[in-house]
Amino acid sequence: MTSWQPDATLTILRQRAQVIKFIRSWFDERGVLEVETPILGDAGITDPQIHSFKLEDWYLQTSPEYFMKRLLADGSGDIYQLAKVFRAAESGWRHHHEFTLLEWYRLGIDERALAQEVVDLIQHLAGTKNLKPVITTYADCLATLGLDLFSAHGRNYRNALERAEIELVGEFSRTALRELVFTELVQKQFADDHITVVHDYPAEDASLARLSQRDPRVAARFEVFWGGLELANGFHELTDVAEQRSRFMQDNQQRRADGLEEVEVDENLLAALAAGLPDCAGVALGFDRLLMKILDTDDIREVISFRG
Amino acid sequence: MATYSTNEFRSGLKVMLDADPYSIIENEFVKPGKGQAFNRVKMRNLKNGRVVDKTFKSGESIEAADVMETEMQYLYNDGDFWHFMDPDSFDQHAAPATAVEDSKLWLKEQDTCTVTLWNDSPLSVSPPNFVELKITQTDPGLRGDTASGGSKPATLETGAVVKVPLFIEEGEVLKVDTRTGEYVSRVKD
Repeated sequence: MTSWQPDATLTILRQRAQVIKFIRSWFDERGVLEVETPILGDAGITDPQIHSFKLEDWYLQTSPEYFMKRLLADGSGDIYQLAKVFRAAESGWRHHHEFTLLEWYRLGIDERALAQEVVDLIQHLAGTKNLKPVITTYADCLATLGLDLFSAHGRNYRNALERAEIELVGEFSRTALRELVFTELVQKQFADDHITVVHDYPAEDASLARLSQRDPRVAARFEVFWGGLELANGFHELTDVAEQRSRFMQDNQQRRADGLEEVEVDENLLAALAAGLPDCAGVALGFDRLLMKILDTDDIREVISFRG
Repeated sequence: MATYSTNEFRSGLKVMLDADPYSIIENEFVKPGKGQAFNRVKMRNLKNGRVVDKTFKSGESIEAADVMETEMQYLYNDGDFWHFMDPDSFDQHAAPATAVEDSKLWLKEQDTCTVTLWNDSPLSVSPPNFVELKITQTDPGLRGDTASGGSKPATLETGAVVKVPLFIEEGEVLKVDTRTGEYVSRVKD
């Protein structure tokens, strides 16, 4: 059956345009430069949990992060981008294989200061919805369930899931169990009128964040939730090239263990880090999800013109 | 045996879990931050009808269930089993009471039913949406009272009891909706 009409209503598309306009002026007022980077790049991503679409020798980008860091290393100063990104094997009410990320980097501040800026922007856009900010940490969230992030075993997470009558099929690693506990038991409890910032993700989730100076068992990484919906993921960016290379290698090791194809490390990014990435914090915010919350919809496909 | 990965899961897909056949009702993809992706799957156990929620890691595969829905003619009941025949191959299948369940109230010889086969044996039976059955017992109603909306119980040849308008008489044939168990109309000869 053909259906040529758009998935979003014109009203929603007009509101989408308004929000984009607001975001551009918001960054313009703060002296943050808008940039554009390639959608089709020659490097993929090693992260074993993220799958790229590959076109011949090219990858549709899953995030503009690597290119934006190359701009930062070249001296761009504060930058932002509304980037189309692509992720294979992701689809559902809150996921689409093509979506828009609002990604920005601020020089000379840490992830806590950047998280505050994310909250400011979202509160502005939420307007009369009057969101109350709640700042917490990953370990404190788990503690509400009686779980200690630093000593919990896989079976402790498994018991918590069983108590909540969540039945698992197949093998789950300790990390996967912890992530499931967070998704099913913590995140779902966040109140609808709260904007929750969770700081200090466990070190194994550091990705491209540096480890915390206060406690190296955690990473300088945060996430922002509007109600129970995850909106943004931010880092005090890792600038140490040796550490970054070793994390990419670990990713590929995990890929081999998972039976996935290895992905070549982005040597251009590493060269940029070697040349010197300025001290900065960066965040990626799911723009379509932000619109879902502003416009009170539950389906990401209601805020995109066509599902492609 | 074929397997299905979680990203092939869709409503109606038949899979095996803990040695029982299931039909998938809903499949929701969930991915936290940069971590492990999950699928929250609502599925019905085809043996006992129970609906369960299960969480899979995305990308996990499970075995397909050899479950087939086929149109078959109902032949007879021998006291223990209900016998059906595939009208194309003439193969006969005997369904136990656990497979027939409440459908037995609507089974009329010669009618075409949907029989769900698992590994070639009947797992469940659905009667046609509408069946025509004769009334074996009902109390006499008030003559001429066709508009009052009053009703009375009537027992049909299969043992099913349906509510019918007062003017309906014993020996008449009724059309019944098996999905709701409601009287639809009289069938005139």
